[in-house]
Amino acid sequence: MLRVLLLTISVLAVAHAELCKPDAQNAFKVRLSIKTALGDNAYAWDANEEYLFKAMVAFAMRRYSSKSTTQISNVLLCNMTGRVSFWFVVTDSSKNVTTVPGSEVEAAIRMNRNRINSAFLLNDKTLQFLQITSTLSPPVEPSTPVWLIIFGVVLCLIVAGIVFLIVGGIRKHKKKNKEPAERENLEEKGEVNVTVENGIPCEVLDLKAGHINGVFAADDERFTPL
Amino acid sequence: GGFLIPYIIMLIVEGMPLLYLELAVGQRMRQGSIGAWKIISPYLCGVGVASVIVSFFLSMYYNVINAWAFWYLFHSFQDPLPWATCPLNSNRTGYEEECEQTTPTQYFWYRQTLNISEALETSGGVQWEQALCLTLAWLVVYLCILRGTAATGKVVYVTASLPYCVLIIYLIRGLTLHGAVNGLIYMFTPKLEQLSNPKTWISAATQIFFSLGLGFGSLIAFASYNEPSNNCQRHAVVVSLINSTTSIFSSIVTFSITFSIYGFKATFNYESCLNKVILLLMNTFDLEEGSLTADNLSEMKEYLLARHPQEYTQLSPQLKNCSLEAELDTAVQGTGLAFIVYSEAIKNMEVPQLYSVLYFAMLLMLGIGSMLGNTAAILTPLTDTKALAARFPKEVIAGSVCFINCVIGLIFTTKAGNYWFDIFNDYAATLSLLLIVLVETIAVCYIYGIRRFEKDLHTMIGHKPNLYWKIMWAFASPLLIVSLFVFYLTDYILTGTLQYQAWDATQGQLVTKDYPGYALAVIGLLVASSTLCIPLGALLTFVRKRLKRDDVSTV
Repeated sequence: MLRVLLLTISVLAVAHAELCKPDAQNAFKVRLSIKTALGDNAYAWDANEEYLFKAMVAFAMRRYSSKSTTQISNVLLCNMTGRVSFWFVVTDSSKNVTTVPGSEVEAAIRMNRNRINSAFLLNDKTLQFLQITSTLSPPVEPSTPVWLIIFGVVLCLIVAGIVFLIVGGIRKHKKKNKEPAERENLEEKGEVNVTVENGIPCEVLDLKAGHINGVFAADDERFTPL
Repeated sequence: GGFLIPYIIMLIVEGMPLLYLELAVGQRMRQGSIGAWKIISPYLCGVGVASVIVSFFLSMYYNVINAWAFWYLFHSFQDPLPWATCPLNSNRTGYEEECEQTTPTQYFWYRQTLNISEALETSGGVQWEQALCLTLAWLVVYLCILRGTAATGKVVYVTASLPYCVLIIYLIRGLTLHGAVNGLIYMFTPKLEQLSNPKTWISAATQIFFSLGLGFGSLIAFASYNEPSNNCQRHAVVVSLINSTTSIFSSIVTFSITFSIYGFKATFNYESCLNKVILLLMNTFDLEEGSLTADNLSEMKEYLLARHPQEYTQLSPQLKNCSLEAELDTAVQGTGLAFIVYSEAIKNMEVPQLYSVLYFAMLLMLGIGSMLGNTAAILTPLTDTKALAARFPKEVIAGSVCFINCVIGLIFTTKAGNYWFDIFNDYAATLSLLLIVLVETIAVCYIYGIRRFEKDLHTMIGHKPNLYWKIMWAFASPLLIVSLFVFYLTDYILTGTLQYQAWDATQGQLVTKDYPGYALAVIGLLVASSTLCIPLGALLTFVRKRLKRDDVSTV
C-alpha cells in the first residue's frame, strides 16, 4: 500500500515537472516588478502570494469556461527566480496529465486581467504575462479636435479686427473727402483762418517736408576749386 | 559652447561698424535704400533692388514658422500633451510602429505636424491643417500692417517686449530644472573643432545681420527720416551698444534656457536610457529588483559577461552605451529641432500646458515681429512708387502682397514642404546678404571715397570718425566677408553635390540624401536672382548713360 502511494506520488511529481518547465507547451512566463510599482510599500513575494496567484488563475479559468472544474491544484508554478518571474501551466483534471490549451488560458487571463492586476496592486506593465499582449486603452478623444475650436475662436477674432479696421479706413477716407468741401464753405464765411501759400494750405506743405536734391549734395566736387 | 565666440567676434567686427555705416548713409542721403545707393554711384541701383528681393524671399518662407507655432499653440490646450505619448496602433495592442522607433515628440513633429514624405521628389498634397494655420498667420500679419508703418510701430512695442517677460520666466524655470547645470557647463566650454568649421562663422554672421537688420535696406530707410544734424555716430554707438548688450543678454538667456532645457532633456534621456538598459539586463537574467543600479552597472555588466557569456553577447547589440555627452551633442540646428527639443523638455515639466502655451506664444510674438519688419521692407518701395499708390489704397496693396505670399507659401505645407523650407532657409538669404553688405562697404569706402564720407560725417555730427571705424570699414569687415565667401565656396566645391536630411519613416530617423537636379536649379535661382541684381543694375545704368551720351552727341 505504502509502496503504491509512494510510486503514484513520485509519478505525479515527475509528471508535474514535465508539464511545467520553461518553454513547455501551453506554459506562460510571468514577471512581476513589485518594487517598481509600490516602492516602499512593496510586499515580499512568498508562498502565500503564490497561492493567491494560483487562486486568481483558477478563478479566471472558471469565469471564462463557466464550468467549475478548475481547482487551485490544477495550476502549477515552476522556476521561481529572484526577479520575481516564473512559469505556470494549467492542467486539466478531467484528462490525465495534460494541460489546458494555451489559447484558452490566454483568453481567460485577457478577460480577467483587471481583476488579477488589482489583486496584486499592480498594472499591465508591472505584472507581465510575457506571451499575452494586453489591450491598451485608447486615450479619450473628444468629437471635435480641441485645436480646431481654439483655431476657430482666434480666426473669428482676427477677421473681426481686419473688417473693423478696413471699415474704419473707408469711413476716414469719406470724411477727408467731405472736409475740403466743408472748409471752403467755412472760408467763405470767414470763420476758419487757414493760412494759404500759393494756393496750398500751409499744413499740407509742412507734411511734404522738403526733399534735398541728392544730386547737388553729392556732386559738389564738380565745382572747380578756387 | 562654440557659438558664443564667433557671435561676439562677428558683432564687434561686422555688426557695429556696418550699423554705423548704414545709419550714416541713410541720414546723409535722406532717401530709402534704392535712392541712397543711386546717389553714391548711379551704378549701384541694383543693391537696393537686391535687398527688396531678399526681403521678398524671406517673407515667403518665414511665415511658415508662425504657422507651426500656431499649430503647437492650439495643441497645447490638451491633457496630456499630444506629443507626450505615442498613439496606439490599429488593433490597440501596442504603440504605432513609427513612434516606437523614435521619440513621441519627433513622431508628433514629423508625422502629425508635417506629415513629411520620404524625399523631396515625392511631394504629396497640401496638408489642410497646415494650410489653415498658414492662412491664419498671414491674416494676423495683414491685421498688423493694414494701417501702414505708423500703426505697425505700436504693434512692435508689444511683440518686442512680451518675449522678454517670457524669456525671464523661462530663465528662472530653466535654471531650476534637474540637470540644467550640465547644459550650462556644456555651453561655456568652447569646442575648438566647431570654431574651425566655417559654417559656424557664417551662421554667426547671418545671425548678426538678421538681428541688427543689416543689408535689408530698412536701416537706411529709417535713418533717412532723421535730421541731418543728428549725431548719428553717438546714436549708432549707443544704439549698437544697447542692441548688442540686449542681443548678448537675450542670447545668453536663450542659450542658457536652451542649454539648461537641453541639459534637462539630455539628463532625462540619459537616465531613461540607463533605466532601459537596467531593465533589459534584469529581465534577461532574472536578477532581483534593485540589484542593478546606475552605480554598479558597469561592474555588473562584466560579472554577467563572465557568468553567462553566450546570452550576454546575444544581448549586447541592444545594450546601448548611454552617454551624457552624446545626448548633449545631438545638434541644436534647424527650426524643426527647435520645436522638437523644447516640446520634449516641456512635456517633462509639471503643468506642461502652461509652459507650452507661454513658449509658443513667445515664439509667435518673435515670429510675427520679424514678419512685420520684412513685409514693411517690401511694402515701402511699393507704396512709394506713384503709379501704384495713386490707384490703389494701401490696404489693397498690403492685402495683395499678403495674399500672393500666402498662396506661394502653400508649397511649404505640402508633404515635402519642409524640405523646400530648408532650401529657402539655407540659401535664400545667407549668400545674398553677405554680398549686399560687402558691396555696400566697398562702395562707401572706395567708390564714394572714405575721405568724402568722413567730410559728410563731419558736417553732420561735428567731428570725424576715429581710426577704429575707418579701419573696420576699409579693411576688417570686407576682408572678413570675403574670407567667409571663400570658405563657403570651397566647402561647396569640396563636398560636391549638396545634401539634405530626409526623414525615414521605417527607421525613425533622419538620413542624408542628395538634392535632385531641379532642386539645385531652384537653389541657383534663389541665389542668382538677388545677387545678379547688382551687376545687372550697373549694366543697365551703363547702357542708359551710353544711350544718353549718344543722344546728346547727335544733337
